[in-house]
Amino acid sequence: MEVPFAFLVGVLFAAGLYLMMQRNLLRFVFGLVLFSGAVNVLIFTAGRLTRGRPPIVPEGLAAPPGEVANALPQAVVLTAIVIGFGLIVFALVLMLRVYERLGAVETQELGPALQRGAAEEDA
Amino acid sequence: MNSLILRTTTQLLIAILLLFSVFLMLRGHDLPGGGFIGGLVAAAAVALYVIAFGAGAAEELVRVQPRGLLAVGLLVAVVAGLAGVLGGEPFLSGLWLTRDVPGGAELKLSTVLLFDVGVYLVVVGSVLTMLFALEGR
Amino acid sequence: MNGLVAAPVVLPLLSAAVLLALRGNRAAQRLVATTAAALSVLVALWLLVQVSERGILALHFGGWPAPFGITFVADHLSAIMVVITAVMALAAAVYALRDIDPDREARGYHALAQVLLVGINGAFLTGDVFNLYVWIEVLLIASFVLLTLGGTRAQLEGGIKYVSVNLLSSLLLLAAIGLLYGLTGTLNMADLARTLPEKDPGLVTTIAVLFMVAFGIKAAVFPLFFWLPASYHTPPIAISAFFAGMLTKVGVYALMRSFTLLFVADVGFTHTILLWVGAFTMVSGVLTAAAQSDVRKILSFHIISQIGYMIMGLALYTPLALAGAVFYLIHNIIAKANLFLIAGIARRLTGSFDLNRSGGLFKAAPFLAALFLVSALGLAGIPPLSGFWAKLLVVLAALEAGNWVMATVALGVGLLTLFSMTKIWHYAYWSPLPEGGRLSARPSSLLYAPVVALAALTLLLGLWSGPLIALGDAAAAELLDPSRYVGAVLGSEAGQAFAAEAALAGGGER
Repeated sequence: MEVPFAFLVGVLFAAGLYLMMQRNLLRFVFGLVLFSGAVNVLIFTAGRLTRGRPPIVPEGLAAPPGEVANALPQAVVLTAIVIGFGLIVFALVLMLRVYERLGAVETQELGPALQRGAAEEDA
Repeated sequence: MNSLILRTTTQLLIAILLLFSVFLMLRGHDLPGGGFIGGLVAAAAVALYVIAFGAGAAEELVRVQPRGLLAVGLLVAVVAGLAGVLGGEPFLSGLWLTRDVPGGAELKLSTVLLFDVGVYLVVVGSVLTMLFALEGR
Repeated sequence: MNGLVAAPVVLPLLSAAVLLALRGNRAAQRLVATTAAALSVLVALWLLVQVSERGILALHFGGWPAPFGITFVADHLSAIMVVITAVMALAAAVYALRDIDPDREARGYHALAQVLLVGINGAFLTGDVFNLYVWIEVLLIASFVLLTLGGTRAQLEGGIKYVSVNLLSSLLLLAAIGLLYGLTGTLNMADLARTLPEKDPGLVTTIAVLFMVAFGIKAAVFPLFFWLPASYHTPPIAISAFFAGMLTKVGVYALMRSFTLLFVADVGFTHTILLWVGAFTMVSGVLTAAAQSDVRKILSFHIISQIGYMIMGLALYTPLALAGAVFYLIHNIIAKANLFLIAGIARRLTGSFDLNRSGGLFKAAPFLAALFLVSALGLAGIPPLSGFWAKLLVVLAALEAGNWVMATVALGVGLLTLFSMTKIWHYAYWSPLPEGGRLSARPSSLLYAPVVALAALTLLLGLWSGPLIALGDAAAAELLDPSRYVGAVLGSEAGQAFAAEAALAGGGER
């Protein structure tokens, strides 16, 4: 069960990295999204996979009966998703502001755009 | 987006979604749910409203500033955590108060619930801040 | 009372909430922010006193015992870092009263500074690797907003680099934590220290290197430092100075913690990498600094070069070297942040951060020139200032370990640092103001207050270095004997069992 997931993680990492190495800032953010997805699946897989047995204690018992899924990676992944969500939203807003103020979305255009802006302010 | 179907259903759905979010928050300690997921559902309800009626209308609907919600939520959560400290327990320890209410039911009040309320407000506040920052231009 | 251990995090969290609620009331915000910063210093000092008196303190949140709950641990290193954080936060808060414009204040500067403090203190105090990630993210998101607050073009352009590289390093850290959990089934650091020696050394070392890369980006070590000089010079000086002093040091702290407590199975491999990383960091930072003409950029590259010394202290992994690294951390945070603050005042006088466009400060502001000299010579390691002892300890440790190459590199980089500082002195202070320049009126004395205090600290730590060296020794002793950490978190029995096993393993190797 874990082995196909390990390959999935590899594919997601590769795709994320590929996108992150593009010059377009928006693609970079998409790469980041894929990369963070890869990390989440990785943590989930590292906690071993158990199907169809939620770690919920039934009414009247102190512990869940029999073998259940590992709850800790789920909690960790949930936290990581939330944090990742916040950070990626911030990154998106930042890219949007950069596009508005500097008029550039390609990394190699940022420097010249900045200098142009400074020259305009000086003039 | 200008869609009559979306607008009509949104007006019906938003009340149900908000009610559902409170329901999720209240049952959170013993059953699946909690302040976090409740807050997300509430924020999703507002997001739906933004899609149907625009950010301006949604900001009027929410009335308070999202950052205010964030501040109040943070305060409530920290205070709920500190309540345990006053009782000599470590930070974030839960304190429970159980009362019987007429009709044979049991009412459980706890600092855990208070903490969940704080989390709910923080989540609603922060998601709405992001939403309005992305939409409101 | 161990509940105290959470106070350095709870206090700024509470003040952040209050400051958020006070949005719009500028006077009240400024009052609350400064009071909270001053209170933080007191709380931090109290924590340090408690730790020195009672040893390592552990707090289990919500009463859930380790390794199941989240644990906060305060040992000497953590407590020292919390104190220095609070001191720097107070200095930045006072400086900010005159440096941060009302627009940035209205956008929540004060609340964000408190959130940043929450994250930094949380990272220093937590005893759980995933929790460490969470605190690092808290400080990261606060630093993102602070760095781009106000949204000038330069800030946005620098922000892109800062945000993207730091997000990548966070994801690498998270992946490393996931793999570590998959290998050991625990996230508690004390429990990890106990479990890791039983695992396959190859796998552990692989994960260790992943941690090294992730924390290395945060600490801005060679060759992962390019984001720092691209972004640190863009925000207002009060923000830059605090970032310059504290943020990379969180990465250094995390490296020190993980490579003394967790990944010590293959010291010959991991710490040798760290040693070379340290050497290259020192040299590349100082050489690049020599080519710059913006004061803030020169100082930014020096941040990098100085971090090399701390990494070197960690990599040598002897009591003297670790004590030297701790001393170096404290000295460097104070001197470096102060140089940024002084550059901010100088800029108010001359109107520019560019060395080619400034000058004449020695005549116009002799007092400022004296303050600059104290901090700059302290940074370069001239006796009797604090930097002298810091460098002396690290170099002695290198000689003690028989590592002549590292000792030579450390001394050579010290000389080059002096060269850079002389360059700033020559252009900005000694030589006359270039044609067309005009000096403005004397800046507010409120800006001088933190600068004078920090310069006095640099001098004091040089003249009375004994107490801080003693603290560094105590921290090093704890770092080199993880059984005390394990004992404090998991109970003394677990600590003794750990110590016995470590002794057994050590005996087996001999």
